[in-house]
Amino acid sequence: MSGGKMLRQIHFWILAALTTVLLSGCGSEYLVLNPKGPVAETQYNLIIISTILCAVIIVPVLALTAFIVYRYRDKPDNKAPYKPEWAHNSVLEAIWWGIPVVIIAILGYFTVRDTYVLKESPNKEVAPMTVQVTALDWKWMFTYPEQNIATVNYLEIPVGVPVHFQISAEAPMNSFWVPSLGGQVYAMAGMATELYLQADEPGEFAGFSSNFSGEKFAHMQFKVVAKPQEEFNKWVSEVKGTSPAMTKEDYNELKKPGLAEEKLYSAFPEGLFEEIVQKYGHGHDMDHVMQKQPAPTGDKSKETSQLPPTDMSNMPGMDHSSMKH
Amino acid sequence: MWEDIKDFASTFFVTGDPLIYGADVSIVLTMLAIVFVLTKYKKWGWLWREWLTTVDHKRIGIMYLIASLLMLFRGGVDALLMRLQLAFPNLEFLHADHYNAIFTTHGTIMILFMAMPMMFGLFNMVVPLQIGARDVAYPFLNALSFWLFFLGAMLFNLSFVIGGSPDAGWLSYPPLSQNDFSPGPGQNFWIWGIQISGIGSLATGINFIVTILKMRAPGMTLSKMPLFSWSVLSSSIMIIFAFPILTITIALLFLDRFAGAHFFTMDGGGNPMMYLNLIWMWGHPEVYIVVVPAFGIFSEVVATFSRKRIFGYKSMVWALMAIAIASFFTWAHHFFTMGTSASVIAFFAISTMVIAIPTGVKVFNWLFTMFRGRISFKQPMLWTIAFIPCFLVGGATGVMLAVAPADYQYHNSYFLIAHFHQVLIGGVVFGYLAGIYYWWPKLFGFKLDEKLGRWGFWFWNIGFYICFMPQYALGFMGMTRRYYTYGWDRGWEDLNLVSTVGAFMMGIGFIFQVWQITYSIKHGERDTTGDPWDARTLEWSIPSPAPFYNFAVVPNVKDSDDWWATKQAKANGTYKEEPVHLEPIHMPKNSGIPIIMSTFWFLIGFGFTFGWVWMAVVGFIGVAVCMWVRSFQYDTDYYVPVDEVRRTEASLGRVL
Amino acid sequence: MMANHHDHSHGHDHHEEHEQLKVLGFWIFVVTDCILFGTLFATYAVMMHSFAGGPTGKELFELPGIIASTFILLTSSFTSGLAVLAMNKGKVKELIAWLAVTAVLGLAFVVLEVNEFTHLMHEGATMATSGFWSAFFTLVGTHGLHVSVGLFWMVALMMQLKRRGINAVTRRKVTNLSLYWHFLDVVWIFLFTVVYLMGVM
Repeated sequence: MSGGKMLRQIHFWILAALTTVLLSGCGSEYLVLNPKGPVAETQYNLIIISTILCAVIIVPVLALTAFIVYRYRDKPDNKAPYKPEWAHNSVLEAIWWGIPVVIIAILGYFTVRDTYVLKESPNKEVAPMTVQVTALDWKWMFTYPEQNIATVNYLEIPVGVPVHFQISAEAPMNSFWVPSLGGQVYAMAGMATELYLQADEPGEFAGFSSNFSGEKFAHMQFKVVAKPQEEFNKWVSEVKGTSPAMTKEDYNELKKPGLAEEKLYSAFPEGLFEEIVQKYGHGHDMDHVMQKQPAPTGDKSKETSQLPPTDMSNMPGMDHSSMKH
Repeated sequence: MWEDIKDFASTFFVTGDPLIYGADVSIVLTMLAIVFVLTKYKKWGWLWREWLTTVDHKRIGIMYLIASLLMLFRGGVDALLMRLQLAFPNLEFLHADHYNAIFTTHGTIMILFMAMPMMFGLFNMVVPLQIGARDVAYPFLNALSFWLFFLGAMLFNLSFVIGGSPDAGWLSYPPLSQNDFSPGPGQNFWIWGIQISGIGSLATGINFIVTILKMRAPGMTLSKMPLFSWSVLSSSIMIIFAFPILTITIALLFLDRFAGAHFFTMDGGGNPMMYLNLIWMWGHPEVYIVVVPAFGIFSEVVATFSRKRIFGYKSMVWALMAIAIASFFTWAHHFFTMGTSASVIAFFAISTMVIAIPTGVKVFNWLFTMFRGRISFKQPMLWTIAFIPCFLVGGATGVMLAVAPADYQYHNSYFLIAHFHQVLIGGVVFGYLAGIYYWWPKLFGFKLDEKLGRWGFWFWNIGFYICFMPQYALGFMGMTRRYYTYGWDRGWEDLNLVSTVGAFMMGIGFIFQVWQITYSIKHGERDTTGDPWDARTLEWSIPSPAPFYNFAVVPNVKDSDDWWATKQAKANGTYKEEPVHLEPIHMPKNSGIPIIMSTFWFLIGFGFTFGWVWMAVVGFIGVAVCMWVRSFQYDTDYYVPVDEVRRTEASLGRVL
Repeated sequence: MMANHHDHSHGHDHHEEHEQLKVLGFWIFVVTDCILFGTLFATYAVMMHSFAGGPTGKELFELPGIIASTFILLTSSFTSGLAVLAMNKGKVKELIAWLAVTAVLGLAFVVLEVNEFTHLMHEGATMATSGFWSAFFTLVGTHGLHVSVGLFWMVALMMQLKRRGINAVTRRKVTNLSLYWHFLDVVWIFLFTVVYLMGVM
């Protein structure tokens, strides 16, 4: 093969990458790249920053690769220098140990900053509204404790109000994801995870389960509708006026494996969500899960190999008391 | 009675799908054909003596290679079936449960039964030759490792026709993988297939650490050891630290399923999240276990085909070791989205990014090995050059995924799928293929055909980008992994179709490679020199294929590229011929115990899979008897007399 | 290992060298076993309070029996050390005798453990009772299984010693076995502290 062919191949993939990037600029089907709320916006900015930082390294290195492969190809008339014993240069090596360190440091800064930011409500001026999310075998149930209504596979939220989701499951693990509004969090039995999302404009958004949970998982999707506050209020009173109330039996029926249509309920059994969370509470006293306690701060990863035993309660996901703001 | 048998058979055998009936028929036909050929040509004894009982690391390596290529075929067919199903929206080619089984077996097979054995094949084929040893430290254990892997893999693959395949994902997250949601033997097949082959992997890790530390030729200090052997050391160290965690994790999962324990159950105080932590404490190092040897291969290939010493040898070694250590501190990035505290997430995000530093350094060193070299584009080098851009992009998207808050948007989407296929295909598969092309002549005595290989290469490469680049975009569209179908309303159909086309191109590339191998067996260029690439390290100083004792005389090593230095010295006329002194060579005897003992392990696995405890008990007794018998064997090795060594060398064209 | 040796010296040479390799390999195996137990300990730590309404360790553990088996195991570790000393002095009979004592003590330990497990099951604590008991039986049981395998190995080794006396191979085997035995002892000390002492506190 000639170096030319190699160049063509490299060209090819640069083109492929560029096409991908260009495509993503437009099309509204690129949900992640068309953020509709502050959380998705933050994440979108991070995606852009990290892409640029990576490109800063990759593009020159690719160019360098193409150049080297072409220039030092084994041709009888190649005039380029050939130094078979040249194998060490401290300055050069220091440079390329250094460059990634700098890039990673910059990227690390943004990452850590936004990791903390996203744990909090994106909008400090407006009090958040709470919605409880329960993943069931293959449907989503939403309970609105403040409005005392419930829905299935359909989520309606007011525009401009941060929504505080408490997420649990009575099913295998799922993940609650509305890409237009922001990234996901797992829905797990016996725990209540938290997520803040907010819609900045009215609209209809797609919601997914993005963690495989069995046979009909592919259909475990839901619709999110964002409306101005008054219309949202109107919808709430409509639901209260026209829909049936959810009974315990309704819930037991609902949680049986299978698919479900969109459903609206004018009320739900009191404390239903808390009951679901506590039912699988790892045998702990569950009070502290539902209370908002500060998380333990000791989060150093510990080597698993060592004796005596490591304290796994500091490991990710092991801190059941991490229900904090 | 007849009804009972029919009843049993209909649950025992997987029924109801034409694909599976087709597979049944082809499996039976293939087995019959093998039995027929072996009987007709009276090859049973030969098969037993020369292969099934061998402890020769080269033959074990070849068996690993063959098994892994078969598994690559199976995993590849799985992939193509999935891509067919996703080619258009709302297709009904595969049903949900069938699709779920296929992505589960695809992932499990590709990592554990394709990448791992191909890697162990390369370890076996190369390391002893490269460090100037006559075998690995424990040849018997080595054979046992192979047979444990092989029978574990067979047990796993049996699920295709008997009992039903696992379908809870390649890492079988509970609670989904528990009895409540996945009843039946499928998950048990997964557990025992991996458990049995995992014991073999652990033993291989120990074996190669000792081999590398203790069996290097005189003069080969660690700082003169070739980089592939360094990468094997790094990988083996990761194996011995990671695999015990896997053993325990899936043993606990089995106890949950079999004995009603409550480790990972939703009720009874179980904690499914603990499984995620444990499995990824193994799973993340596992990814580096398979990719680090590929780095080693690239280092050898780049130096050989640039006709230049590897650049920054010390940096390379430090980078390998840094990766090995750092790989144990990143596991939680596989589940940033579990809603844990910000400081935990931040720690794992940073630790993950840090891995990019040594990896980046390696790329620069490879580039500067080519710089001021003379690059010839032989097949191993083609794959290496193709690897660099592919791995750069895959690595960059990996860094992007490590940005935890952004990961909330990528997680479990096709962006993630595209990323890990890019590092696993672009890094691991390209690397192993480069290694196979490179060392093939040493093992078999002939080169693989260049022309067919190039067809394969271009189909693989172009197909790769067509298949996986669109998947990054699909991830941004919200397409989640493991969807067996999707509707027209999302706008995913175009890119999915493109991706499917790319997958089939890779399939065509694989067919070219199979053709290439079969063609080359007859017509491939024979290697009479033992050094077809004008290479640099010890394995090229002996004839191809290597004699069973490897080195007639163990070399005295003076340089990190010792064979290259010897050749240079000979060319300059400064080479001092040392007097050759042949001695009887100490070699291990073949043994049938590894395959027999592994068969008993297979019985254990099969018994537990179906809950037939009696069969498992028979298996355990068999294993114990095998160990007992082996412990009482003291006559386990022999000496090859000088005459035989001289005759063998002469037949290979070397006069001593 | 090259030019200056004569043929007849090889047998001995290679054997010694080979046996040394096997000791190193066994050390590495012990490292992997450490990680294996480490993982089980970690699991136990997570499950430490997952009683799911079932009995707790505090309610069911009977410390006197456990302390007795601890002393038995510690003593057996000591006697296995005496066996190695006997081997170094080249006294094969003494070596076998000390191994036999070690094996009897080991057997006593296993019997006591089985006893304890039956007792617990009678009290209603089984593998399926709760996360805590799953972790308990698995951790303690894995250690017991290791001891049992050690016993099996010890019997085989005593027979080999009887037949072949002390040579490079049996010497290596005794060394490895005693390493294994000490290791199990150390694991037990952690286990005793973490599971039993902390369990009743």
